[in-house]
Amino acid sequence: MAAPDSAFESEYIRRILAGEKRLFHDLIRPCERAIYLMLFSLLKNQADAEDAAQETVIKVYTNLRLFRGDARFRTWVLSIARNEGLGRLRKLSARREESLDSGLEEASGDFTPAILTSWREIPVAALEQKELGEILRRAIEGLPEIYRNIVVLRDIEELDIRETAAVLGISEAAVKVRLHRARAMLQKELAPRLKAFAPKRKGLFGGRA
Amino acid sequence: MRIDCKHVWQYLSAYIERDLDPELREEIDRHLETCEICSAVLDSTRNVVILIADDRVFELPRGYSERLHERLARALEMDA
Repeated sequence: MAAPDSAFESEYIRRILAGEKRLFHDLIRPCERAIYLMLFSLLKNQADAEDAAQETVIKVYTNLRLFRGDARFRTWVLSIARNEGLGRLRKLSARREESLDSGLEEASGDFTPAILTSWREIPVAALEQKELGEILRRAIEGLPEIYRNIVVLRDIEELDIRETAAVLGISEAAVKVRLHRARAMLQKELAPRLKAFAPKRKGLFGGRA
Repeated sequence: MRIDCKHVWQYLSAYIERDLDPELREEIDRHLETCEICSAVLDSTRNVVILIADDRVFELPRGYSERLHERLARALEMDA
């Protein structure tokens, strides 16, 4: 969903803080999908992600006074969601005596893409099949955390590079590097498998008639 | 200078983002015109990006929004 403009946001925030509390429902609505996906990508569990999303929204409300207009509202909301998710992960990992840092380190080395020449068209129509969605979800869920976050924010929720950097508290340069690596990993994993879903007819890209 | 395939792959994400300076972009375009492999890698990367952006890939749990707003309504009421 396209983010509402910041004039809408600041007007709503002003009115909510002045007592029109119910308007908060409308203010948060455009963010609720992104909040859930952000939390699901961290917690990897529907029930936990939903619970954390509710908690996030209430935190956003109680802290609304602290929102500074210099960031986008959505960016601010998503960083609260992320903190909520990380807090829960920390509790879980303390219980499991596992290091949160595992899987967090930057991958290095070569990102050689999957080489294929026959899959060119976008099998969007094939998304009607549950199987394709499953393959895509599993590939994203299989990415190391630092890459998964970037993909969720930039490619799934379509935040821009600057917003993505602000939510994650990293530089724009780091976002670009991680985005590149994440996409390369996804291409490598997915391209050979998605070939099977490509439309049969030749077209668009000058395929043989 | 002619750039090679490995060089092109480094810039694919920036190419998709349209975040390259014009000279480099032009150079990559020239490479893509003649390199079947790189243009297929570019297409498939772009396709992956388009596919994962589709709302059907990640669906919200049924009733998620309703439950969220119910909980929120209760919290707003308590904040009298």
